[in-house]
Amino acid sequence: MARILPEPTPETQHFWDGCRDGELRLQRCTECKNTYFPPRAFCPSCASRKVEVYAASGRGVLWSYVINHRPRPDMGTEPYAIAVVKLDEGPTLMTNIVGCPQTPEALVLDMPVKVRFEKQTDDISLPLFEPAQS
Amino acid sequence: MMQNSVAVVGAAETTKMGKIPDVSVIGLHADAALNAMADAGLKPSDIDGVATAGISPVELAHYLGIKPTYADGTSVGGCSFMLHVRHAAAAINAGLAKTILITHGESGRSRVGAGGFGRSPSSLMGQFEMPYGVTSPPTMFTIPVLRYMKTYGVTEADLANVAVVQREWAALNPRASFKDPITVDDVLNSPMIAWPFRMLMCCLVTDGGGALILTSADRAKDFPQKPVYILGTGESVETPLISQMYDFTSSTAFKISGKKAFDEAGITHADVDHLMIYDAFAHLPLYGLEDLGFCKPGEAKDFIRERNTAIGGKLPLNTNGGGLSYMHSGMYGMYALQESVRQMRGTAAAQVRDAKISIAHGVGGMFAASGTIIFTNEK
Ligand SMILES: [Zn+2]
Repeated sequence: MARILPEPTPETQHFWDGCRDGELRLQRCTECKNTYFPPRAFCPSCASRKVEVYAASGRGVLWSYVINHRPRPDMGTEPYAIAVVKLDEGPTLMTNIVGCPQTPEALVLDMPVKVRFEKQTDDISLPLFEPAQS
Repeated sequence: MMQNSVAVVGAAETTKMGKIPDVSVIGLHADAALNAMADAGLKPSDIDGVATAGISPVELAHYLGIKPTYADGTSVGGCSFMLHVRHAAAAINAGLAKTILITHGESGRSRVGAGGFGRSPSSLMGQFEMPYGVTSPPTMFTIPVLRYMKTYGVTEADLANVAVVQREWAALNPRASFKDPITVDDVLNSPMIAWPFRMLMCCLVTDGGGALILTSADRAKDFPQKPVYILGTGESVETPLISQMYDFTSSTAFKISGKKAFDEAGITHADVDHLMIYDAFAHLPLYGLEDLGFCKPGEAKDFIRERNTAIGGKLPLNTNGGGLSYMHSGMYGMYALQESVRQMRGTAAAQVRDAKISIAHGVGGMFAASGTIIFTNEK
């Protein structure tokens, strides 16, 4: 079963293009310097339309998660963590943690993680995260 | 909102509760509405305002043959009915309508005439949450909780204890789905749903409905039931994405809605005799007690463990058994309101003696929205 995938909109296209090209792209306000997510054409802190896209570090920490024991059919048959990562730049982002067991013992809050893009189609790669050295 | 200017004069749930395979969603709305109208001694032609969520107020009005001057289709999830009460009170004060009917009906278990869940893959949730394997609320509403647990040293046993205490209340309620006593071990040994959440930390999935009728306090004394006055109201909305909640250890929407309601009511926490906090999952009463200001951050687990919210405690909480043990059709807020009204009328199955002020606090979506209604039976 094919995995459920996102459909970009004009406001989010740069983010998904970045994932396809191996770069985690965030937006920040050029007036108040706030970095925000998910993408939109203005700054949610000060409402300025003067915003820019930039390549983020792709690093963060594991912020919170659950381990889903009733897998969605397109996600396979084993339990998997649905996680939120807090990026070094500030925003939180939902993702999956790959490259480690999907257990409470392996998934420790505040552990450093880094992005790993997993290609799904020619257009869509998903920004997943794996444990990183601090 | 003017204090005590509007009252609930009709309140009822559906005739049956739990598994109702022979009634559709709109049929459940109508059953609850007819029961509430009977409770208030009214006919559809006496109603000039309608509000509902799940279905549209157009469907509701036409199905019941009501030709209203006021319609509210606010739909922000399970607390929509708290917002409907708040808006109806303002509308009655403003002269938009005199007698407003608010309904809920949901075939959560049997799915008779119910719509699907589906999210467009181009929506924010479709793009930024669905790809990572979220399914139903047990895999989303629960995501912030590990952060809350780490921050305040809350354990899985603390979560389990919320369900245990509410089951004690449910045992007093003949209409509750689950009445048999449970222990913390029972909860911790129930099937894993989405770690750290076990089945008994998650709400039921049932069929049912409820309806309320509001009118001005001046008219309320002419109705057959004891009026239940609206003392204060609050509402707020926060985020459509659980991953974007402002603070994983606290609901900003709860805080805003709760403060507004307390300010309007002009009461302190010590004045509150009875409390309902929408409990789709075991962490909701913990967040609710703290964000409404009954407990300091991180202290709700102790407050519950010390049996302050249990039978005989100083703040009886979720006295119908809650979404964890009474019923949960999907948008539970209506049932929290119904229990508050019963407590204020003095007709609850687990009646809190001499209760004069009751709060029904709701959550919508997954920490997406909030509504708070403070009731009193004294004017
Ligand atoms: Zn800005």
